[in-house]
Amino acid sequence: MTLSSGQIWVLIIACAVLTAVIKGVGPVLLGGRVLPGWFDRVVVLMAPALLSALVVTAVLADGCTWSVGAHTVGVAVAGVMLWRRLPLVLCVAVAVVLTALLRMWW
Amino acid sequence: MPFALVGFVLSLSFAVLARQAGFSVAQAIVTSVIVFAGSAQFAMLSVVAGGGGVPAALAASGLMNSRFLAMGIALAPSLPGGPMKRAAQGQAVVDASWAIANRGDGTFDRWLLFGTTAPQYLTWTLGSAVGAVFGEALGDPDRLGLDAIYPTFFLALLIAEMRDRTTRWVGVGGGLLALALVPVAPPGVPVLAASAVALVGLARRPA
Repeated sequence: MTLSSGQIWVLIIACAVLTAVIKGVGPVLLGGRVLPGWFDRVVVLMAPALLSALVVTAVLADGCTWSVGAHTVGVAVAGVMLWRRLPLVLCVAVAVVLTALLRMWW
Repeated sequence: MPFALVGFVLSLSFAVLARQAGFSVAQAIVTSVIVFAGSAQFAMLSVVAGGGGVPAALAASGLMNSRFLAMGIALAPSLPGGPMKRAAQGQAVVDASWAIANRGDGTFDRWLLFGTTAPQYLTWTLGSAVGAVFGEALGDPDRLGLDAIYPTFFLALLIAEMRDRTTRWVGVGGGLLALALVPVAPPGVPVLAASAVALVGLARRPA
């Protein structure tokens, strides 16, 4: 199914409203209150858990199946470079070029 | 600002992929201008490109955005003003800015948050404009490796977050849980479920 132009506009606007509401709710919900220590500890751990899940699903999954592709290799090499504290821009460039080169050969 | 530069390329790749999925030039640009949430845009786009409808695409972007709820709650005590003002300031939350403004002790530097987001918004908009207008001249975005940009960016944020033993184990646990759920849950859900791993913070003190 290909979406019509009207459907895409509905999607874009709804997505923008949804994003604004999600971003706005957090600060309003708890603004000005002092939070208990356990809450801070959970929130601090939210970022590594979600970011890791985002990366893993982007490079090792294709829809509902596990998959490995040229970009898996490109991102893995960039990951090692990032771990060695090389600059982000360089790492992204290497990931892109390596992925593109591997796709030429595969 | 390396994040602003990478954001430009990331946003460019978004617009190129969006054009491929049937978005018009205006639609690809407007998405980045009014949504301005990279992972939500990519999540929504991957559903559309995979043949999904509007509700599925919205659900995917909403789930992907759920972390902003957590980030906003964490940020809440650091924002002054009434509800409307705080909600407006919460719009400045994007992954990189949130991570940079995080002082690591539960408080945030809100001016650093705004100051980091502003250039990213500019390059995010510009990137999509360039990608949408000139994308077709580039050819097949997969052949160019543009799909490797987005995961590399999030990997950089992840490595910055893995400061101690607890955050490292939570990162590994979240990744493994998401991976395990991929074959059994609809797209978007594995990422949301991974956030449950953060609940170990209830039991453990940070290392």
